[in-house]
Amino acid sequence: MISSDTVPDDARKHKSDRESAEAVAVRAVTVGRPREEVFAFFRDFRNLAGFMENIERVDVLDAKRSHWVVKAPAGHTVAWDCELVEDQTGRLLAWESAPHAEVKNRGRVEFRDAPGDRGCEVHATIIYEPPGGALGKLVATLFHTEPGQQAKQDLRRLKMMLETGEVATSAYPDAAPRFKKSDASDAAKAAETR
Amino acid sequence: MRAVTWHGKHDIRVDTVPDPQLVNPHDIIIKTTATAICGSDLHLYDGMIPTMVSGDILGHEFMGEVVEVGREVTNLKVGDRVVNPFTIACGQCHHCKSSFFSACENTNPADKAAMMEGLYGYAGSGLFGYSHMMGGYAGGQAQYVRIPFGNVGPIKIPDGLNDEQVLFLSDIFPTAYQAAENCNIQKGDTLAVWGLGPVGQLCVKSCFLLGAERVIAIDHRPGRLELAKASGADVINFEEVRVNQALTEMTGGRGPDHCIDCVGLEAHGWSVDNVLDFVKTTLKLSFDRPHVLREAILACKPGGTLSVPGVYGGLLDMVPFGAAFGKGLTFKMGQTNMHKYLAPLLERIENGEIDPGFVISHRLDLEAAPRAYKNFHDNQDEWTKVVLRPN
Repeated sequence: MISSDTVPDDARKHKSDRESAEAVAVRAVTVGRPREEVFAFFRDFRNLAGFMENIERVDVLDAKRSHWVVKAPAGHTVAWDCELVEDQTGRLLAWESAPHAEVKNRGRVEFRDAPGDRGCEVHATIIYEPPGGALGKLVATLFHTEPGQQAKQDLRRLKMMLETGEVATSAYPDAAPRFKKSDASDAAKAAETR
Repeated sequence: MRAVTWHGKHDIRVDTVPDPQLVNPHDIIIKTTATAICGSDLHLYDGMIPTMVSGDILGHEFMGEVVEVGREVTNLKVGDRVVNPFTIACGQCHHCKSSFFSACENTNPADKAAMMEGLYGYAGSGLFGYSHMMGGYAGGQAQYVRIPFGNVGPIKIPDGLNDEQVLFLSDIFPTAYQAAENCNIQKGDTLAVWGLGPVGQLCVKSCFLLGAERVIAIDHRPGRLELAKASGADVINFEEVRVNQALTEMTGGRGPDHCIDCVGLEAHGWSVDNVLDFVKTTLKLSFDRPHVLREAILACKPGGTLSVPGVYGGLLDMVPFGAAFGKGLTFKMGQTNMHKYLAPLLERIENGEIDPGFVISHRLDLEAAPRAYKNFHDNQDEWTKVVLRPN
């Protein structure tokens, strides 16, 4: 491949050019904060639930190990342990699910200085091995059938949190009311003008 | 609360909906004192903008009194009277810091932004009451509105100015002004303005405020042409006149120095290209009807600017790009960078340089909104601008 190796794996058209045979998504966002600050926020895995939609919580067990509780359909959760396999302060984090985890997954996040004082580029690589059967379907749902899409949205929320201190929402009803037939009261229905 | 809601093409209702709440620390809630129907709301009315959902609250031009403030809001307090810009900006991201507020990266919620990224390759800022891909925020044609980033957007209005003088700071005055400013008007310049709806009317005024020698305004509604004439423009009724020929000869063969398209994606008229566009959009073979854009490209002087405040939504057919290339035209367009203009334009209003309220033709109760949309759409000559009073 003549294209530079900075081209993300899942943007390469030919499987033979990819570094990994597994389901991989590489997505990036630029956060307008110093690299050290972005790294420190991410390194504290308890913060992940604040911007990663599917994560209910992450318990930090010790310097290397953490316990991830992930949302599943119908109010259920799936949990596994993760281990940090690379931890270069300010530069790189990589983790792997523990050997006995039902959903084997790996993640790798690189932190790079963005050009021209634009802050920090966060390059996230999410790799998972979808198991077969019912669990496979569940995992597909968890990762939005398209893991890149989920990663992109999670990174956008990370940027919002670090740049503005809040995550934008237009969720019904408090943040953005709208008319829903289902919860219109009889009085409200009667007051409808049409 | 009561709110104006969208239920499909040409189906506007007033419904009872839940009251908005403070959700994020920079939120404020206002009690709406005045809100207007925008020409761009008619694109929603006509079902031209994708990702609307039945029940969505409309409206992005509104002002009111602050009734609640989030814990991180420092520059506003309960009781303040504010006008709110229709785009939402965080003030912290790269684009906001470059005064390119309309591309704010942090106000289009992540799940909504994905739709817009899919369609347009980017996600712009959140907008009030203007489809889910633009953020899914509830609009301001309602008794109460939640406004995110209260520190950054809403501008406090001093006593002594009435609602109608300042309401249009919420969209159409800054939009018209930016369109004129984008032309970098120099001494002696002639501007041509297509479309004399409220934005076009204020655009004529803005061109003169910014030093234009002459403005030629184009429309087909007699009332609107008279209004522009009163602002000092030469006017062309495109039903009576061959527009390009007239523009060329009226400018001594030079062509207008800069052209402004205040029409956008739903051009009227019976020119061949527009009829073809109408057929194509009706059959869903095409998205927009860019007749004005074509005419303006052909009219404009070489080296001139084509400024586009009119809204476009999708893919355009048969744009004479060869002419644009050959003339070396500069294209300036985009959602308005509202936050850049609020303070300076409020100052112009305070100084008495302009009173944007002159475009208002009708003042109605919120409950009259369905009728107001219909009339604003069907009878544009008489209904130039509608202001609704929700409380």
